[in-house]
Amino acid sequence: MSWITGVGLTAYGKHPGRGTLDLMSDAAAAALADAQLERAEVDGLVCGYSTTMPHLMLATVFAEHFGLKPTYAHAIQVGGATGFAMAMLAHHLTESGVARNILVVAGENRLTGQSRDSAIQTLAQVGHPAYEVPLGATIPAYYGLVASRYIHEYGHREADLAELAVLMRRHASLHSGAQYREPITVETVLGSKSIASPLKLLDCCPVSDGGAAFVVSRDRSNDFAVRIIGTGQAHTHQHVSAAASLTQFGAASSAARAQEAAGVAIGDIDYAAIYDSFTITLTILLEEIGLAARGAAGRLAAEGHFNHDGKLPLNTHGGLLSYGHCGVGGAMAHLVETHLQLTGRAGKRQARNVRRALLHGDGGVLSSHVSLVVERAA
Amino acid sequence: MTAEILDWTRGGAGIAYQTCASCGAVWYFQRGFCPVCGDGNPVTRQASGAGTVYARTSVARAPTEELRAHAPYLIVLVDADEGFRLMAHGDPTLEIGDWVRARFIDLAGRKIPYFEPADGRR
Repeated sequence: MSWITGVGLTAYGKHPGRGTLDLMSDAAAAALADAQLERAEVDGLVCGYSTTMPHLMLATVFAEHFGLKPTYAHAIQVGGATGFAMAMLAHHLTESGVARNILVVAGENRLTGQSRDSAIQTLAQVGHPAYEVPLGATIPAYYGLVASRYIHEYGHREADLAELAVLMRRHASLHSGAQYREPITVETVLGSKSIASPLKLLDCCPVSDGGAAFVVSRDRSNDFAVRIIGTGQAHTHQHVSAAASLTQFGAASSAARAQEAAGVAIGDIDYAAIYDSFTITLTILLEEIGLAARGAAGRLAAEGHFNHDGKLPLNTHGGLLSYGHCGVGGAMAHLVETHLQLTGRAGKRQARNVRRALLHGDGGVLSSHVSLVVERAA
Repeated sequence: MTAEILDWTRGGAGIAYQTCASCGAVWYFQRGFCPVCGDGNPVTRQASGAGTVYARTSVARAPTEELRAHAPYLIVLVDADEGFRLMAHGDPTLEIGDWVRARFIDLAGRKIPYFEPADGRR
């Protein structure tokens, strides 16, 4: 068991003139203030990566810049799963006594720090350099392939996917930090321009600038009583061409490991924080993990099941699809929102009686999976 | 003497794949050992170019200026008759489950596989 003692999150969107270290610093300072911890009390530091500031030793660079002298520090990378993988690592490091207070931080000016083409080409590199990238494949194309097969098998309509984009926008409309807050309808999503069929512009998350951080501690440092009680991972492939199936990924086994470690069942979960790089990603993860029946994610969203006052509140900050996606920080915003919900600090978005959350992230093309179970101690 | 194996990733008009004589595994991305059993003597073979469409996406937003001229283009995952899966381009009318056969086209200065409907299309 470990405690999430503080969280910090910037607004996502455009932060012109602010670089990776600036955005990381903003989020880190907010998380430390939230945890009521001083820099000197931080003895562990875990970072991800930044595509606008590639570096061999990002953790040490950040430690020097921010003013930390940790006894444990390094960066890790698992694509979109990095944020939750860092939380899992920090959980195990504090549990095993390696560090007392671990700062987990990410930030990137992914939107304003590079051209749109450059961002798209960098991200496409999760594809195979010889067998996939030369074909003009992009991340939306890899997910478009997945979507085509998944809806072929389970009979989703494109409108079912669109419902999840509408849901995330509805949530984002209640968060002042979200990149996109203007309400949209299923028709708006279906009418947005095609990117990689069946995915349209509003089925895809935006590219954002932003930063996110949290502190994972061995002991509580304040009144918050949010703890990580189970973690799990699964890695089934890297490249979509090499995936054994486009309808069964590692999400279920990863989530099952986390639930087993936590000693909870799926029915004990009352808040969900699920990676939503595309509407198809969210659809597949919800359905494979068992938070929705196969084919039912869109219908449940339309019925209000995932609303902040619904049966299973989901990504109440607006997710990657509308709060925004700045790389490693993208999914970390899901964890920050989970913490706000569990500590009763989500304001207009506050869900009722949230006690236990399941968080799930994926990297690559549903390649790497990380799941966390987090709860509010009684 | 065996004929040279043509491999589009190395400039040839063909699709190559590998098999393991020891455990019978079949795979696409070439390497010097079997990824299933570790055997060090994989056999590289020439695929027939016949297969079935497993997934498809029409890409409207190309990643580079050079490829923009070709957009929209159809990217497919094809289950080759020999038992491996590959990514390629394809005729825009292709649907999942269609029987297909590969020919080779030039895309941005390199030869790539392009699948078209084969006889007996479902």
